[in-house]
Amino acid sequence: MQEKMNELKLSALSALEGCETSRDFQDLKIRYLGKAGEVTGLLKGLKDVPKESRAEVGKIINDLRQELEGAFAAKEEELQKKEMEAGFLAEALDVTLPGTRPERGTLHPLTKVRNEIIGVFTGMGFEIFEGPEIDTDYYTFQALNIPKDHPARDMQDTFYITENVVLRPHTSPGQIRCLEQKEPPIKVLSPGKVYRSDDDATHSPMFQQVEGIVVDKKVTLCDLKGALDAFAAKLFGDETKTRFRPSYFPFTEPSVEVDVSCFRCKGKGCNLCKGTGWIEVLGAGMVHRNVIKNCGLDPDEYSGFAFGMGVERIAMLKYGIPNMKMLFENDVRFLNEFDK
Amino acid sequence: MLAPLRWLKDYVEIDVSASELQAKLFSCGFEVEEMVDVFKNVSGIVVAKLLSVEKHPNADKLNVWQIDAGDKGKLQIITSAKNIEVGDLVPVALDGATLFNGGVINNGQIRGVESFGMFCSGEELGITDDFYPGASINGILRLQEEYPLGMDIKEALGLDDIVFDIGVTSNRPDCQCVYGIAREVAAVLGKPLKAPDFTYETLSTPVTDFVKVRVEDAELCPRYVATGVQNVKIEQSPLWMRKRLFLVGIRGISNLVDITNFVLMEMGQPMHAFDKDKLSGGEIVVRRAKAGETIVTLDKKEFNLTQENLMICDGEKPVCIAGVMGGLDSGITEETKNLVFESAKFKRDNIRRTSRNLGQRSDSSARFEKGVDSYTTGVAMQRALSLIYQLKAGEILSGAIDCNAETQEKREIVTPVSRICDLLGIDVSEERIVAILTSLHFEASVKNGVLTVLVPEYREDVEDYADLAEEIIRMYGYDNISGTLLQFAKVTDGGRNTQQTDVERMRETLAGFGLQETVTYSFISEKEYDKLDLDKTASEYKFIRLMNPLGEDYSVMRTTLVPSMLNVLSFNQNRKNETVKLFEFARTYHTDKPLTGSELPVEKNHIIVGAYGEGVDFYTVKGIVEEFCRSFGVTIDIAPGGKHYYHPTRKATVSANGVLLGGFGEIHPVYAERYGLEKRVYVVELDYDLLEQQFNKKIAVKPISRYPESTVDIAVTVLKSVTCGEILSVIYANAGEFLKEAKLFDVYEGAQVEAGKKSMAFSLHFGSLDRTLEQSEVETAKSNVLTALQTAVGAVLR
Repeated sequence: MQEKMNELKLSALSALEGCETSRDFQDLKIRYLGKAGEVTGLLKGLKDVPKESRAEVGKIINDLRQELEGAFAAKEEELQKKEMEAGFLAEALDVTLPGTRPERGTLHPLTKVRNEIIGVFTGMGFEIFEGPEIDTDYYTFQALNIPKDHPARDMQDTFYITENVVLRPHTSPGQIRCLEQKEPPIKVLSPGKVYRSDDDATHSPMFQQVEGIVVDKKVTLCDLKGALDAFAAKLFGDETKTRFRPSYFPFTEPSVEVDVSCFRCKGKGCNLCKGTGWIEVLGAGMVHRNVIKNCGLDPDEYSGFAFGMGVERIAMLKYGIPNMKMLFENDVRFLNEFDK
Repeated sequence: MLAPLRWLKDYVEIDVSASELQAKLFSCGFEVEEMVDVFKNVSGIVVAKLLSVEKHPNADKLNVWQIDAGDKGKLQIITSAKNIEVGDLVPVALDGATLFNGGVINNGQIRGVESFGMFCSGEELGITDDFYPGASINGILRLQEEYPLGMDIKEALGLDDIVFDIGVTSNRPDCQCVYGIAREVAAVLGKPLKAPDFTYETLSTPVTDFVKVRVEDAELCPRYVATGVQNVKIEQSPLWMRKRLFLVGIRGISNLVDITNFVLMEMGQPMHAFDKDKLSGGEIVVRRAKAGETIVTLDKKEFNLTQENLMICDGEKPVCIAGVMGGLDSGITEETKNLVFESAKFKRDNIRRTSRNLGQRSDSSARFEKGVDSYTTGVAMQRALSLIYQLKAGEILSGAIDCNAETQEKREIVTPVSRICDLLGIDVSEERIVAILTSLHFEASVKNGVLTVLVPEYREDVEDYADLAEEIIRMYGYDNISGTLLQFAKVTDGGRNTQQTDVERMRETLAGFGLQETVTYSFISEKEYDKLDLDKTASEYKFIRLMNPLGEDYSVMRTTLVPSMLNVLSFNQNRKNETVKLFEFARTYHTDKPLTGSELPVEKNHIIVGAYGEGVDFYTVKGIVEEFCRSFGVTIDIAPGGKHYYHPTRKATVSANGVLLGGFGEIHPVYAERYGLEKRVYVVELDYDLLEQQFNKKIAVKPISRYPESTVDIAVTVLKSVTCGEILSVIYANAGEFLKEAKLFDVYEGAQVEAGKKSMAFSLHFGSLDRTLEQSEVETAKSNVLTALQTAVGAVLR
């Protein structure tokens, strides 16, 4: 019996050793440990064993069974692992194949820049007011201290619809409309399309402006500088500085042109800034007393500042766009550049 | 505004370099747009004396000259020029010299004889007779004056001048002249200003015996100054005057014309000279033209005049368009003996209108349009007479006829100093304020913190303390302004309002669908309307035309975004962009009737989507419409139909709650072809303003069932003409309360289905919040649906 068991054990373990696939393994398991298997056969043969040694032999058979079961379990685990690994290899992917690109559109560069500008000023408490693009002579010029036949009207090259109705050459008329309706403190930003009769590489007959106005008690030129410093730092980089220089706009007094230090060469002088280290980006000033008066406020009590900038110009500077025309051609290869 | 440096130095001592001066002017508000060094190429050319001449031994046409070039030595020069003689002073280009045109001169041998340079002509120096007599001839320039031998020719002839081209803002007409710029230069350099010479001697005969002057329209002509000159001698003006004019781009003509031009450039006052003997009745009348009057101007153009045109007339007829151009018959000629000089202030907007309406411009009208002040009108006349006297161009009659309707008192401004400092946000000392204003020729004093200022007559732009604040800060320096963040102002609650936020989300949503945003011009060509066969009389398409468009292509304000989008798609197709998906959000402009007075048109916001290429079909754009509307909580109805420019069987309208919001579809092949579009193109149009009224962005979470749901699939055969929409509405109407959703999952036409029919398969999802549904309930619903479908659309279960 003992001998028989040893034989069985050896043959089972050696068969297990040589087993390579789970199908062979299942066959072996049935052959040795199945209901009609050889170990079960041994147990069945127990009835022929003399009664006195039956318990002892039974225990030995059970030990054998447990030993074999342990060996089979270990083998099974080994085979499963091996087969899983083989499966992984079979499923191997070329991770350098292109990914499936999710569809993603783009916002127009002018929208991106306009939103950036709006973000800076709404953060300072500006609200947004968009007036009509077609407005009256009064709101466009007269209320802004530009009477009829004033030479400053030549500055804008305005498109006329009738003698008294124009395509706004700046977004300021919207600000006047807003000022008429509101009480100080006023902080309004007017973004929108404007129109001037001008068409070349740096001018377009339609373009966008963002103009801002603040009216309250004791608003100073230093406050204007502070607001524009913050704007320049956020749009062009923290180290960007602003420079004021005297200028003239009929609706502000004093009036200034505002330059920012060149963000490409950091003020050392390059192509972008034409060697000067500075780039002109906007016009600004203290709101003219007549404008404050025209909006029904006392110019001795209230003061304010105003500024206006062209979105196209800033977009061209920021993104290195060489010709303003590109902004209106809408070539998708150009638009695709703005997917960041 | 052109200002030569040497001319400026007549009035102010400039002890800084040209580029330092440029920086100083820039800081106080005058941008030097260009510094023109006209003769920058000319170098290494000196004055030399011709000592002797011999024939060239090997060439008949050449001569060998010995010259004395002072400290540059005695040299030998070979030339073929014949217009020079021993003893002449001439410019000679030495070894390495450069000419006006950039050409370089070197020593060399000519036919075996050495030459150490080249004699120069006026042309080689870049000058003409206007600059130096004899400079225009085809030969060597023979210098007329004595100069030290060896002296640089640029120094000798004044070729070392630099012309500043200065941008002057429109509030500073007083700086549209060399003397005006000199005033600013003196202030910014802290130097005294030297006035030009205003002195002259006159005959004893009063001018009132010479000419009569009457101003009938003092509103259009606030000041008119007339003087008389007799025994006029017309001749060439002196070299110094012609040189000055040459550098500011004016050709010398005769002493009198040059004087008027010189005063225009120096003082900024247009002058005019009449031949007194051609003035009928010996008088001048300043009046509006009468109907039917005409004039032929100096340039031989005839104009029909209207009441709007201010004219200078004699006793009978107009002799000059005031401030614009003189008449052909009254101007000065070689024969002129007696002369009436005019210096006047004309109202700038009238000059502007007259100049535009007649289409006639001149240096004078351009200057008047910028604004001339009546103070300058007076002093310029004195300056002109002083030049007449200096040039001995005639005998000046005594006095002037001065028709002056304007006050000669200086404007006074009284303001607390604190008000100026409050506006600037910095403290500038009273002493500094007074010093700055004084340097700009304001009379300024401060007493008990109150500043009293008398404004110079020519500064018509300075009206109140804000203007003074600007004068002070531009001289004090904008560098002194340091940023503060509204330290005294109240906090405001800013940001985008709901509508503005929605617009941005709208853009983001469409971009999120893979569309690219475009921006196109608001004005289009009227031809687009014909191209799309739009009914221009329909209120929807009635457009507004610009009075002064840049061209036909940009002449009408668009009432629809479709043409712009089709043009952009076509542009991209021509650039070989294979797949293009775009959107634009923009306004359209509408009016029902012609605009009168100050009426404004209606501006509407529209969305347009346009797409073609791989993976783009009717259902792609339909999906965009549906998902876009869903994202703003708008439940829409889509029905067949729409505008004529869409494909007749591939177009649909979009509405919500009975309001038509727009439509979409494939562009009709006929119209696609008109735009050169070769692929199938899809467009969506939505009226954003109407759409916005339907927004329902409220989010209210619904309970989720904890019980399993059941799904049954049905497939039916129907006639091809039956639509999915019809079937779904029957399903929803008949499936009972537990139907949660019905979805199409397959459409099949082909061998397995009868001809003329199609098979459609739907999944129906049933469920309840309270319990698991019984199988029988689902089966009942299914059979109800099938029965109803058979009745409604003849559907047969497959």
